[in-house]
Amino acid sequence: MLDRIKEFASTFFVTGDPLIYGADVAIVMTIIAVVSVLTYFKRWKWLWSEWITTVDHKRIGIMYVIASLLMLFRGGVDALLMRTQLAMPNNDFLTPEHYNAIFTTHGVIMILFMAMPLMFGLFNLVVPLQIGARDVAFPFLNSLSFWLFFWGAMLFNMSFVIGGSPDAGWLSYPPLSGKAFSPGVGQDFYIWGIQISGIGSLMTGINFVVTILKMRAPGMKLMKMPMFTWSVLSSSLTILLAFPILTVTLALLFIDRYFGAHFFTLDGGGNPMMYINLIWMWGHPEVYIVVLPAFGIFSEVVATFSRKKLFGYKSMVFALMSIAVFSFTTWAHHFFTMGSGADVNAFFAVTTMIIAIPTGVKVFNWLFTMYRGRITFPTPMLWTMGFIPCFVVGGMTGVLLSVAPADFQFHNSYFLIAHFHQVLIGGVAFGYFAGLYYWWPKVFGFKLHEKIGKWAFWFWNIGFYVCFMPQYALGLMGMTRRVSTYGWDTGWWELNLVSTVGGFLMGIGFLFQVWQILHSIKFMERDTTGDPWGGRTLEWSIPSPAPHYNFATLPVVTGKDPWWEEKLRRERGEAPAPKPPLEPIHMPKNSGIPFIMSFCWFLAGFGLVFNWLWIAIPGFVGVAACMLAHSFNYNTDYYIPVDEIERTEAAARRAV
Amino acid sequence: MANGNAHAHTHDDGHHDLESLRLMGFWIFLITDCILFGTLFATYIVLHGNTAGGPTPAELFKMPGVIAETFILLTSSFTSGLALLSMNQGNRRGLIGWLAVTILLGASFITLEVTEFIDMVHEGATIGTSAFLSGFFTLVGTHGLHVSLGLVWMTALIIQLARHGITPVTRRKANVIGLYWHFLDVVWIFVFTIVYLMGVM
Amino acid sequence: MAQHTAGHGGHGDGHGHEQESHGSLKSYVAGFVLSLILTAIPLFVVLNEWLEGTAAHVVLLGSAVLQFIVQLVFFMHLREEKKPRYNLMVLLLGIAILVTIVGGSIWIMTYNKVG
Repeated sequence: MLDRIKEFASTFFVTGDPLIYGADVAIVMTIIAVVSVLTYFKRWKWLWSEWITTVDHKRIGIMYVIASLLMLFRGGVDALLMRTQLAMPNNDFLTPEHYNAIFTTHGVIMILFMAMPLMFGLFNLVVPLQIGARDVAFPFLNSLSFWLFFWGAMLFNMSFVIGGSPDAGWLSYPPLSGKAFSPGVGQDFYIWGIQISGIGSLMTGINFVVTILKMRAPGMKLMKMPMFTWSVLSSSLTILLAFPILTVTLALLFIDRYFGAHFFTLDGGGNPMMYINLIWMWGHPEVYIVVLPAFGIFSEVVATFSRKKLFGYKSMVFALMSIAVFSFTTWAHHFFTMGSGADVNAFFAVTTMIIAIPTGVKVFNWLFTMYRGRITFPTPMLWTMGFIPCFVVGGMTGVLLSVAPADFQFHNSYFLIAHFHQVLIGGVAFGYFAGLYYWWPKVFGFKLHEKIGKWAFWFWNIGFYVCFMPQYALGLMGMTRRVSTYGWDTGWWELNLVSTVGGFLMGIGFLFQVWQILHSIKFMERDTTGDPWGGRTLEWSIPSPAPHYNFATLPVVTGKDPWWEEKLRRERGEAPAPKPPLEPIHMPKNSGIPFIMSFCWFLAGFGLVFNWLWIAIPGFVGVAACMLAHSFNYNTDYYIPVDEIERTEAAARRAV
Repeated sequence: MANGNAHAHTHDDGHHDLESLRLMGFWIFLITDCILFGTLFATYIVLHGNTAGGPTPAELFKMPGVIAETFILLTSSFTSGLALLSMNQGNRRGLIGWLAVTILLGASFITLEVTEFIDMVHEGATIGTSAFLSGFFTLVGTHGLHVSLGLVWMTALIIQLARHGITPVTRRKANVIGLYWHFLDVVWIFVFTIVYLMGVM
Repeated sequence: MAQHTAGHGGHGDGHGHEQESHGSLKSYVAGFVLSLILTAIPLFVVLNEWLEGTAAHVVLLGSAVLQFIVQLVFFMHLREEKKPRYNLMVLLLGIAILVTIVGGSIWIMTYNKVG
């Protein structure tokens, strides 16, 4: 009996690597610490009723941000482990197998479990406030989206200590990811972790499209929406058209592995190239999904800190929407070397070059917005300044890669690695940092410490160039991606060492950010104005943090920068428009169903990973039971009475 | 609101808008489902020639059953429309009755489809036989799964209608399920055309 | 949520008392009959082998697309949507992308056949 348990444990848990044992200890200690803190301070009920069951978009947004920062930490550690391995030739810090697992989880976590939730966090924190709404269109679904993401991420991250990590690259190409070449459970963790969180992403996309189209404040026509809201609309539309493709692709891979079908196998008429085609039909739009909101953030930040209205509003909208549509026409540039023929390659090369045009338009718009503005450089603006040159260079190298014949040289070399990190870190990460710094005071009621933030920015920015510029050269020198080591004779080691130094500089930048957040929580003064930056849009017109119903009375919008115009009117001494009398506010009730249902999904996924139907079937039954319970529940909302609104508003020191 | 909450009644208007939001959300969900089926169709079309020595579409498909399935589903799409028509006339019994007819038709469709699948498996044509059959079972099976879910959902709606009557909430739910059912009929038309008709052509 | 003015995002079109007067018996019957005809046509074309090759494909796909439109108009009442017609816009965008990914996949994969 004991032997059988031992044998089971040795396959169930990942063993044999001191790094993993260290991580095991860290995980167990963290769990014990969290549980004892919650128990000691008697916070379990608070956690359940204030956070886990909440349907308030602001709280869901905060949970997204926290989760994504944790994931940034894990993805960052993966990156630094890789850079350490590559710092010197013939290094044996990581085994090749371990290296494969780490580059796989690094990619998946950074895109799907860091960038996506940070983006959804910002959607949730900002969009309803920006359009003068009291919540998103479907608050219950919003909570469900978050918990699906959360449990999907947990499932994926578990593979690290239980069963073994996926190690077939971040997009898990078959035949390598098929049963024949990856018989372990790693790929199944990959499939179900992404599948479960992907369903959540899809629902968020639907939620925000409806919210933006139908819930704007009276008077806010489409062409008067703030630019961030536009970018969220374009990103959400892209999500809802792209994510079903991912769902199907992963499902087919699962069917191949689980039921022995022949979609992507080498025998039985399967075609692995179809997987590559399908996954990039999602994968290419996906990178635009994460970068479009960053464009929106830069637009808000540039206008606010130049104290000018955004230059070229219409062209900006046009650029966002056309990028969203064109992102679906360029996917084959990821596999020019697959041999789809000259016609296909030429077509997709041209569409790829075309999509650079609207992107260029945006860069000029930001520059012209700054032109003759009264510019100040607090941290959100600094990140924007860091972004522009970085993204321009990253975009240019992207155009180089889009030239199909040249791509036969660049393909899967470090040149490509440098390119996409430049657009993803320089564009997406810098953008979300700018957004996080910019809206932080709105969310929490205090600014982040500026000076520490500047240190963080310079470490990140300098570290970025030190890390990735050498990689362009390495790519041209012939270093391919995913190699776990190289010899002295290659002549690559100096540049690799420099690159590793840069990676660690960015790591220090991250530590500064952690310090900045902790320091600010303890020491920063409360912002009582609700408008610490001199903002232009509606979110700055209400107290910080916003009351849970957001707006006591719904604002009436007349222009593109409604709050800025209101402030100008007040300066001119005009009386503010009389506010309509307060009315009871209709709000959704909290619900535990999203959390429970997502947990059931997690169980179902976990059961299928190990092919333990005794876990998977109860999981699916639980999912169905939760759906029915929700459908039969007609008691889902309540009204906030007027006197409670009056009290809340008075507490926020606002005349009602 | 059927449970006579006087306070809520004054806010009927707000509720109404909420239901129209949900209807739109569902419409958008259907479009994502279109993309889902589109991807499955693309996969089927690309792989359908790869029979790997197994049966070809022309050898495998038995048209009489498929034709019956097609007309049954088409009729059920019509009866689900009649259900909504009854609802708009405030006729709860008519609504429930036509929904029940729709469920019956849907259930017979599923029965025929499952029988067809079982026959194929008995003939040795399984999901693991060839890429063509993997694509076939997955595409047609996904549609069948959608129909089955719709049946459960429609049953749940009938229970709610019996309990609460026609309210803004149940009205929206009925509208949503109507859309879903028509959508599944449309998907089947393409399955019928691209998989079956072009398969035996 | 809780937006009494939701759905009127600045378009000022009165209040949301849209009576869902969707369709009449006549329109449902008309839609049903048209659908039956559009199902029968390709069926006869294939079973009686009236047409072959490209012509048959065009007729088959054409009937399917027409039937899709029939169901949209007569069953799903797409024409009755009030302005701004977001549902129609999202549908058209969805179809455009659908055609792109299905057509694109077929085009790309014609050069990558195996088996």
